[in-house]
Amino acid sequence: MPKDGGIGASSKRREDVRFLTGSGNYTDDINLRGQAYVHFLRSDVAHGRLNAVDTSAAAAMPGVLRVFTGTDFEGVGGIPCGWQITDRFGEVMQEPAHPVLAQGKVRHVGDPIAAVVAETREQARDAAEAIDLDIEELPAVVDMKAALKDGATKVHDDLKSNLCYDWGFVEENKAAVDAAFETAAHVTTLELVNNRLIANPMEPRVAVADFSRGTGDSTLYTTSQNPHVIRLLMGAFVLGIPEHKLRVVSPDVGGGFGSKIFHYAEEAFCTFAAKALNRPVKWTSSRSEAFMSDAHGRDHVTKIELALDADNNFAALRTDTHANMGAYLSTFAPSIPTWLHGTLMAGNYRTPLIYVNVKAVFTNTVPVDAYRGAGRPEATYQLERVIDKAARELGVDPLALRRQNFITEFPYATPVAVEYDTGDYHATVDKLEEIADLKGFDARRKESEARGLLRGLGVNCYIEACGIAPSNLVGQLGARAGLYESATVRVNATGGLTVMTGSHSHGQGHETSFAQVVAEMIGIDADQIEIVHGDTANSPMGMGTYGSRSIAVGGSAMVRATEKIINKAKKIAAHLMEAAEADIELKDGQFSVAGTDKSVAWGDVTLAAYVPHNYPLEDIEPGLEETAFYDPANFTYPSGAYACEVEVDPDTGRVTIERFAAADDFGNVINPMIVDGQVHGGIGQGIGQALLEACVYDENGQLQSGSYMDYAMPRADDVPFFQVDHSCQTPCTHNPLGVKGCGEAGAIGTPPAVVNAVIDALQSGGRNVTHIDMPLSPSRVWQAMQA
Amino acid sequence: MYAFDIERPTRLADAVKLLSDSTDGALLGGGQTLIPSLKQRLAAPDRLICLSGIKEMQGICTADDGALCIGAGTTHAEVATGAGAYPALTALAANIGDPAVRNRGTIGGSLANNDPSACYPAAVLASGATIITSSREIAADEFFEGMFATALAEDEIITELRFPVPEKAHYQKFEQPASRFALVAVFVAKFGDGVRVAVTGASEDGVFRWSEAEAALSSNFAPDALDGLTLAGDGMIDDMHGSGAYRAHLVAVMTRRAVAAAR
Repeated sequence: MPKDGGIGASSKRREDVRFLTGSGNYTDDINLRGQAYVHFLRSDVAHGRLNAVDTSAAAAMPGVLRVFTGTDFEGVGGIPCGWQITDRFGEVMQEPAHPVLAQGKVRHVGDPIAAVVAETREQARDAAEAIDLDIEELPAVVDMKAALKDGATKVHDDLKSNLCYDWGFVEENKAAVDAAFETAAHVTTLELVNNRLIANPMEPRVAVADFSRGTGDSTLYTTSQNPHVIRLLMGAFVLGIPEHKLRVVSPDVGGGFGSKIFHYAEEAFCTFAAKALNRPVKWTSSRSEAFMSDAHGRDHVTKIELALDADNNFAALRTDTHANMGAYLSTFAPSIPTWLHGTLMAGNYRTPLIYVNVKAVFTNTVPVDAYRGAGRPEATYQLERVIDKAARELGVDPLALRRQNFITEFPYATPVAVEYDTGDYHATVDKLEEIADLKGFDARRKESEARGLLRGLGVNCYIEACGIAPSNLVGQLGARAGLYESATVRVNATGGLTVMTGSHSHGQGHETSFAQVVAEMIGIDADQIEIVHGDTANSPMGMGTYGSRSIAVGGSAMVRATEKIINKAKKIAAHLMEAAEADIELKDGQFSVAGTDKSVAWGDVTLAAYVPHNYPLEDIEPGLEETAFYDPANFTYPSGAYACEVEVDPDTGRVTIERFAAADDFGNVINPMIVDGQVHGGIGQGIGQALLEACVYDENGQLQSGSYMDYAMPRADDVPFFQVDHSCQTPCTHNPLGVKGCGEAGAIGTPPAVVNAVIDALQSGGRNVTHIDMPLSPSRVWQAMQA
Repeated sequence: MYAFDIERPTRLADAVKLLSDSTDGALLGGGQTLIPSLKQRLAAPDRLICLSGIKEMQGICTADDGALCIGAGTTHAEVATGAGAYPALTALAANIGDPAVRNRGTIGGSLANNDPSACYPAAVLASGATIITSSREIAADEFFEGMFATALAEDEIITELRFPVPEKAHYQKFEQPASRFALVAVFVAKFGDGVRVAVTGASEDGVFRWSEAEAALSSNFAPDALDGLTLAGDGMIDDMHGSGAYRAHLVAVMTRRAVAAAR
């Protein structure tokens, strides 16, 4: 029987009432009295020397309050990077300055050069057009391999080269890996591109900043996935504002997918300008600006080699990746191709020897950073593509080859420095075979062929790593932040709860699922619990939401705080019932004395806490409010198996997805309906990457896919109905909920399944096609068939 | 958007006068191209002359000779539901853009703009339709003059389209994945005296007639008649969505499918 409340119930999303009725409170809905508007003048060349910026005519335009340029920011810090990588040779990465507004050079199309603040948006835009720029255009650095050649034009003149770092992992394994390739029975090699993507959340970025002359306090309302992180980075590293004088609020946020993790120049600008002008300052990104200023994702070029022994056991794996950083280091950019990618290269398999090399490269393109999955899709894609290619070369069933090499004993320490706590990869494949009806594939293929279409089946297994932790370890790996989470549980006198979490919901449904957890623990109705997030003024220092960490880390913090509440409430209940604390039991919102019929209700205890007339004041404080910080012992490791069936039209190259099934192991599940939705969305984005989305720069660094006319987002009719299942559950062993995280799984598991399916379809039609780079657009598939 | 004046004439003659009196005026039909251009500041007319209030430019009727007459101000949605005498045309209109576009965009606006990937130019050219303007009648073969270029004079307004209704016709569109405009689309129309084949989306010169296919299909209106007929990729649009060779290949595939589906 499905539950109707608490953990495991598919409770309807309470936040949807306001989202679906237009009563949400998004950052662009916030308008402050006396607010002025900023328009950024952005570079339309990819690389150029900024000889002069003449703002005199613009400053004299109607409504203009002030025109800012890079020189106004010479006294403040640049946009910081939150992760420092140490390379193969023990050297720290090259880390260029990232000014709020361009100083000396522009380095990508969209790089902000000047900012006009005016009474109206249109006045600001009019004045920006009157700024006279003298830019000496320089050759653009676009291709990563060319960027690393001797004598290549440098993106940053003060750096040694365009190489950010040359990372080897695990460097000590390199010789043994190379030796294993020498003696391998079979080696499969694949060169591939993990295509650059633009996140495109439905809500573009917005920043509204305010400054109080009376108190000296600054407030920034911004579309962020992690307002505390923005407060720390912007306050401490850019503007020099201590946290107690800076409040950052991220109200309702319309999707992020990673692109709203990072601290952006526009946020710092608005906060700076609000103080300088003593006026609230607002910026609302246009969609066109979003294409050239939101951090992009992926953009890896990889050569992967898989060595197998004579029995088809994986013997060694070796990869060589170029990872695009873009023109500057976005907040967590250096960590994505390294610690979030190299550590995942074992996948679900017992490959004993692995070596990963990553060269991170500066180019004259928009900075690249985390995008749904962040490093893990890149790892999974190359691994699952090379396994599929190996199976075809060896003439063995792709799923059988995977099963043969599965890790089956846990905990399992991989050769890439992580330890999987739990998993059952055969179970998810068994479930996949059932829900995808793999037995029926041959009949479906015949039916497609009768219609003149090629049908293919692609499978994929993935491992995820969510809730990156613990903090002391990630500190050793170069993180400049902790990766705990926090929660404050405030019980009100009449029994309702206000739970303040450091996690941030921007579509995930935390207000519903987090309330279910607390409701289950206390045994009260979820309606009595309010989840509050997104405001540094009312929640403890939190690290926000990304990397599928919220329920695993934020949920665990909330559990710990709620446990403290229950412990204290039991003391109060014991006093009220004149019983021993050890005898108090809490069930269904009632405290009772074990073995008796004595009980008091939850509301009686909470009232006593705040009206402490009959209360053990000599032993415990009044009130019922607790905070917990939770720092996990390890990542969590969700896993799963996906199957995709496609039809390919051999005359046009058009691929349609006919069936898609996902069997995931997320450990325990709080709200199955929300988990279904997260998986659906992830699969949709994975299909977008596999078939549709391509961020394309030309050789001059001009963004060719700069609007929805050319950047293809997945639409409803691009995806089939999905068969999703998360009944295979191996609970996480090191967090109190046994949860693992589900937000990115779909985006990780989907692209290789789709591409494997298309290759299968083409080969079934007699085409000797072994690989096509994503997106598998009709023209690319048709072109591959012509070879 | 830059500032502009807007005029809302209710008579065609007033619209023509406003246009000829303007130094840099622009006609506003459904605005599905012009408004985004204005918002992006890619166009800066000093005066917009809104055509949507001119009743004489709207509506669908059948002429005495059986031709389907469509007012230039008629929206795609209205054509999709009101031009039942010409099923291939209603199907085309029903598949332009999305409902919001179809409820605003007009047939006259689309033709005056002559986007090389638009749908209507293929229908007009394949049908041998007549473009009736504020000052004359223009045969379809004389109207389209390349990408975004037409035979329209600066002060000329399309008022009506007159489509001969073919015996059989079909419009086969292969969509560009992002915009869902035609990457390549082919309109095939079979008349008593021959077959016309018009191709949109493919050529750098905009919509064109594929005369070899027309000749082959005029003698045998069947997909097989196209066997061995190919187009060269030269002069075809070559962009991130497909090479010229791919578009040339798709023209043949779409033509074949259009013939097979024609009714």
